[in-house]
Amino acid sequence: MQQTDSPDLPRIMVPILARHGSDSAQLLQILRDVQDVCHFVPADAIDQIAAHLGVSRVTVEGVAGFYSFLSTQPVGQYHLLFSNNITDQMLGKDELLQYLCNKLWLERSRVSEDGLVSVDNTSCTGMCDQGPAALINGWPLTNLDQNRLDLIAELIRSQKPLADWPPMLFEVVDNIRRTDALLGEACVPGAAIKQALARGAKETLSEMDKSNLRGRGGAGFKTASKWSFCHAAIAEEEGSVICDIGGNPERFIVCNADEGEPGTFKDRVLLNSYADMVFEGMTVGAYVVGASKGFLYLRGEYRYLLKNLEAVLKRRREAGLLGDNILGQTGFSFDIEVHLGAGAYICGEESALIESLEGKPGRPRNRPPFPVTHGYKGRPTVVDNVETFACSARIAEKGGAWFAAMGTAQSTGTKLLSISGDIARPGIYEYPFGVTVRQILDDAGADEPFAVQISGPSGTMISWKEFDRKIAFEDLPTAGAFMVFNRKRDLFLTAHNFAHFFAHESCGFCTPCRVGTQLQKKIMDKISGGHGTICDMEELKRLGHILKTMSHCGLGSSAANPMLDAMEKFPDVFERKLKALAFEPAFDLDGALETARKITGRDDEWAHL
Amino acid sequence: MSDPKLKVRVATCSLAGCFGCHMSFLDIDERLLGLLELIEFDRTPLTDIKHCGPCDVGIVEGGVCNAENVHVLKEFRKNCKVLVAIGACAITGGIPAMRNNIDLWDCFQEVYQYEGGLEGHQVPNDPELPLPFDKVHPINEVVKVDYFLPGCPPSGDAIWRFLTDLLNGREPKLDYEMLHYD
Repeated sequence: MQQTDSPDLPRIMVPILARHGSDSAQLLQILRDVQDVCHFVPADAIDQIAAHLGVSRVTVEGVAGFYSFLSTQPVGQYHLLFSNNITDQMLGKDELLQYLCNKLWLERSRVSEDGLVSVDNTSCTGMCDQGPAALINGWPLTNLDQNRLDLIAELIRSQKPLADWPPMLFEVVDNIRRTDALLGEACVPGAAIKQALARGAKETLSEMDKSNLRGRGGAGFKTASKWSFCHAAIAEEEGSVICDIGGNPERFIVCNADEGEPGTFKDRVLLNSYADMVFEGMTVGAYVVGASKGFLYLRGEYRYLLKNLEAVLKRRREAGLLGDNILGQTGFSFDIEVHLGAGAYICGEESALIESLEGKPGRPRNRPPFPVTHGYKGRPTVVDNVETFACSARIAEKGGAWFAAMGTAQSTGTKLLSISGDIARPGIYEYPFGVTVRQILDDAGADEPFAVQISGPSGTMISWKEFDRKIAFEDLPTAGAFMVFNRKRDLFLTAHNFAHFFAHESCGFCTPCRVGTQLQKKIMDKISGGHGTICDMEELKRLGHILKTMSHCGLGSSAANPMLDAMEKFPDVFERKLKALAFEPAFDLDGALETARKITGRDDEWAHL
Repeated sequence: MSDPKLKVRVATCSLAGCFGCHMSFLDIDERLLGLLELIEFDRTPLTDIKHCGPCDVGIVEGGVCNAENVHVLKEFRKNCKVLVAIGACAITGGIPAMRNNIDLWDCFQEVYQYEGGLEGHQVPNDPELPLPFDKVHPINEVVKVDYFLPGCPPSGDAIWRFLTDLLNGREPKLDYEMLHYD
């Protein structure tokens, strides 16, 4: 196809720039729109954006270069990204990718000569229960197999617009397999807010405190404490009048829907079918901390949910559940804006997410100060997980004691698990905290399970010997991912996949992580290529220690977990792959001379190693 | 300690490097004389000895870009009790590794076919010429390396500190200033 020429550019840029205004926090959203229309971000567009927002060209380039869904080089008119999680691989993703490339006469990550199509990998797209999955120009494709790829290749060749493709290709189902207190009942819009308003902000916070709800994004910080810190931060500032930013006492509620952890897809389902509950929880949060503005940071992979989310927001505004004087409460104004991410796992870290909301590259900030006191635009900000807000809505409606009666002493309530891998019934399972891994495996129909990756690559891998352990902050904390591997799986592939994932997703800010994750990847490639030795395993352990202790944020400090867990719990998985106990070169020495032998036509003794 | 039998035997070489690390080694200046009380040289560019014999310490500058580099490096590893990678090229491939993004065919065409050499427009194929790898590698991808002495080049002081630590039986440790380059 004809790439967008510069003469057309003003026609494209004017409406985009007009739509987003001139706040530099809109930079990422503007770039997303340009990418959508042009299939890349042309150099001229960068100039125009820089002039429009009054920022330097480098600032715009910095953002365009940071996010993997933005590209400063043209990609295909049809740009297909295969989800590269281990669960997709187990379902045959690598073979399917090759199959499609062969069919389209294409090389992976190279745009076809005519600019029509390009195919590449991307990090997990959150469709592990209906993989192998992919994104085409940002829209999800599920349940891929050869038949579907035949059809897709045909549609691409005939240059049919995506809007005219058969909807079944894009079908995403919820796969809710087990419900409990959270998913069991439909959410009545407004019910939780009504209760909160009747109780008052202070009492609602005390119900939250009673519930002992802990953050569902994995870290498990007590939600009531976070809310009260944010509230107190304001009070303190108002007391001593140290509000800077124009004396603006504003505070913010942010819902973290950057569900990037491979193997997690519970937020996808919550936002698809329980969006009211999530927005309800955000509104209750806003009422408690006194925020008037909220953001839902939606990962780029879930942009297909945007239309529905906007519709729900609109409906809630019309019902008086968002906007000014909510449910008639004078002075209680709150509204929610959806921001789209652009393919960066690191933005799940709350301070990186805030940077991204501000239109910058998503690099984690120094902490402290924490976002509860210095968050979005330097203002006190609550950042909570999607599921945390959903729980908050239920607590506001039904009370803290009701919630605290479920689960275990330190982990109250229920947890949504996204279960995928070697099981008969992948999908969403809601359990009260304290459930054993064995119970879950039985319910999901696992056949000869051997290992489970709990909470994704940054979490823990447990072996069959540990299946009586419990899902709870006291034992196995989790953000929700639960990937099952049976006896026939090669767990080295899992660790290898995760090493690549972290190397790709490191934000590059701190050296231990930027370099450490690359070195990990290289060593895993070396072992995988049949050149590994005991020295390499020792090196992985040494690197793991550096990553754990020296990294700037949680990405780096957990990036060695898959390797360390696998080496500790399944040493034979690695040892089987080793070539020798002593040192071995990292590559095939003689093979690396082959090109030069061909060029020079030499085959003498010195031309071999 | 001046008994030659008790001296620590040291070998050095430069593979795909610029000899800058060796020049920096000479920057330890008059301390070199004191050092020679403690060490003696085997193969180095200073002695012009062509092959390395049994040694205590081997210091390698430069990355691995061709088959001959591998032979030299393996000889060092076999003969040296402690092998040290000195400088950016030995540790990461450095400047020579900038060719790693260019296809070897393109490199050869650019150098020998478009421009033409002494023998006209052809790629030289004499067996005496070391055959290049398609990529330049850091030396730790070819042999086990015991110590990495970073810098481009490491300063004379850093090299001095490293060697004296090693000679005195201490684990070599460079202060922050010696690792801080800008």
